[in-house]
Amino acid sequence: MLILNHLWIIMALPLLGAALNGLFGKNWAKSAINSIAIGSVSLSFLAVLELIREFARLTPDQLPWIGNYFTWISAGSFRIDFSLQIDQLTIVMLLVVTFVSSLVHIYSTGYMAHEDGYYRFFSYLNLFVFFMLTLVLGANLIVMFVGWEGVGLCSYLLIGFWFLKQSAISAGKKAFITTRLGDYAFTVGILLAFWTFGSLNFTDMFKSLAQMPSESLAHAGVLTTIAILLFIGAIGKSAQIPLYVWLPDAMEGPTPVSALIHAATMVTAGVYMVARMNPLFSRAPIAMLVVAIVGALTAFYSATIGLLQTDIKKVLAYSTVSQLGYMFLGCGVGAYAAGIFHLMTHAFFKGLLFLAAGSVIHAMGGEQDMRNMGGLRKQIPITYWTMFIATLAIAGIPGFAGFFSKDEILDAAGSGPYKNIALWILGLIGAGLTSFYMFRLVFLTFFGRERFDHHKVHVHESPKNMTVPLMVLAFFSIFAGWFAAPHLVGGTDYFEHFLHPVFAAYAPQGAGVEQAASLAGSAGESGGIAPNPAMELVHAITGPPVIVAVIGLLLAWWLYIRRPELPGKLAESMRTSYRVVYNKYYIDEIYNALFVAPLLFISRYVLWRVVDEGLIDGVVNGSASVARGTGSRLRELQSGNARSYASWVVLGAVGFAVLLLAILGVTH
Amino acid sequence: MSVIPVSYYLVLSAVLFGLGVVGVVFKRNIITIFMSIELMLNAVNLAFVAFARAHNQLDGLVFVFFVIVVAAAEAAVGLAIVIMITHNRQSLNVERVNFLKF
Repeated sequence: MLILNHLWIIMALPLLGAALNGLFGKNWAKSAINSIAIGSVSLSFLAVLELIREFARLTPDQLPWIGNYFTWISAGSFRIDFSLQIDQLTIVMLLVVTFVSSLVHIYSTGYMAHEDGYYRFFSYLNLFVFFMLTLVLGANLIVMFVGWEGVGLCSYLLIGFWFLKQSAISAGKKAFITTRLGDYAFTVGILLAFWTFGSLNFTDMFKSLAQMPSESLAHAGVLTTIAILLFIGAIGKSAQIPLYVWLPDAMEGPTPVSALIHAATMVTAGVYMVARMNPLFSRAPIAMLVVAIVGALTAFYSATIGLLQTDIKKVLAYSTVSQLGYMFLGCGVGAYAAGIFHLMTHAFFKGLLFLAAGSVIHAMGGEQDMRNMGGLRKQIPITYWTMFIATLAIAGIPGFAGFFSKDEILDAAGSGPYKNIALWILGLIGAGLTSFYMFRLVFLTFFGRERFDHHKVHVHESPKNMTVPLMVLAFFSIFAGWFAAPHLVGGTDYFEHFLHPVFAAYAPQGAGVEQAASLAGSAGESGGIAPNPAMELVHAITGPPVIVAVIGLLLAWWLYIRRPELPGKLAESMRTSYRVVYNKYYIDEIYNALFVAPLLFISRYVLWRVVDEGLIDGVVNGSASVARGTGSRLRELQSGNARSYASWVVLGAVGFAVLLLAILGVTH
Repeated sequence: MSVIPVSYYLVLSAVLFGLGVVGVVFKRNIITIFMSIELMLNAVNLAFVAFARAHNQLDGLVFVFFVIVVAAAEAAVGLAIVIMITHNRQSLNVERVNFLKF
């Protein structure tokens, strides 16, 4: 029970690593920095493994397991403990975070080997892991919020890691400010939650929620308000419409950062939060609908942008936004476990895609434009194969991780208790687009003729410390989804079964929603004896999601391998729509005109010129000049001329005498 | 023989004092200023003596002795300062002794 009784160890290790490297790492050898950075995170991973061993021995009534360390804030009835919580959901998140982090740390030792600020990079990365673990482990909304903001800070620091590059600095600021908009709503949501439930501990909140009736679509009350406010925070953090604009720009950061923070872990915090607050969301149908609509729209919309991007990392960035949309769609239709399942498989295959893209960029000597690549599969075979596996996984080809999770989400959207055919169709088209743009990426990068100058670019496979993490992630991109595999032949979905207690414990009671609870928990339980497992399997692997994925694959193959001259002609024939999509629907420009420009105008010409220079400076300078003016008059008295002093003395004496006489005259 | 009223002495004293003040304020020669100060001191002495005589009390006379002693000390120190200033400035003009200004 070592780790269970000392949960803080898991998060203290990366913090220690960050402190050591950050404070003393400047003059250390790279090997020392490496061993501290990788050591701290992988020890944390080992601690999580040990935690799982101990966790397996707990009885259900001991869950959630809460470690309470000290009272952090106490003011009247407002009391916040620094407490950490373990349940099935936390276990999944801990595993994903520490495992992917360890791999990314190892990969970074190769990718960042020639960069300045090596110690700084690893210090930030460790700090990020610490905050992410705080977010995941927190047993109340405030501790979670600390982690929530902390990962945002680390994201900002790491996007702007190359702080001499103007675009990197702007991207960092954009990420920070955009997510801050969401966080504002998030804090208001927390306050409202405290006002409503009287406590911010998850267990206390859920217990009082269990006494409350569900709100309906016709009646939105305080629960809906809280849920939507919290979800707006998730929109910012997880880059959904309309606040997704920061994530593509965040690709200015080093590629391992994109893989860890902006694909695998931080951006999924919003999904985790919604899943964690499932008793609240389940009682607020309007909020659920909002979550599902935003998710489906984002999944579809950013997939269309991904179609035409030429920067390899930008394609992956829009793909991430789109996949996060799927996770929210899953949560929004009540299939929380499917959302978390997709979160996990996505962490593996999207982390892998980014790391492999980093390996491509490394091989090409910094080139990110796919138009200048091509034919790389022979020169960098490991990168090619791992990236191909990840592409199969994200496209949803049967047998790979993404197939299982995406299928579950679309299944819940199409036939679950919260089913919504419009959203299902959006998700389905998005899945087809995903398959298309991902295979387009692979074909442009690894197939066709070489569109770069051999004399300038020396293509080389990456070193072992980069390729091994790729291979490990490729393994999980195939097999991480197989927990759900028995479900296809009518058996138990082990992943959902594992998470069942989290999502069923406080599920709302009622005829229609009970079904939701059973879906959220364990859809597979009823199918113990399926009529014909073989038919079920055939049905599953020839379902609509698979069909659209294959169509996307074939279309990409047709356009980019068979007839590579076609895309240019197509773009020519649909010039206007091509322009609009290629320029990302001009959203950045629209936001710029609507929000940034007026804000800058007001700041510059009203707040700066009028308020700051006129009012504040005016008051300060005015009082200064009054004092100086008085002083310059008065200092003339100090002439240094003895006779003038004498005159003043005389004047004073005479004046005093006159005064005395006047007083005497009055009194007598 | 009629007694001279005390107001006569006081008027004389006031006139002498006023002359001293005028000398201090308007004269530029430091020696003259010095003498004007002595004049003011003696005008006060005169007033003291006149009051002591009029009231038949010794207090005023005692004060006068003090003033004379202080005036003597002041004359000694003051004249030494005057000599030093004259050495430094080559002038007795008090207007040129303004280096304590600002």
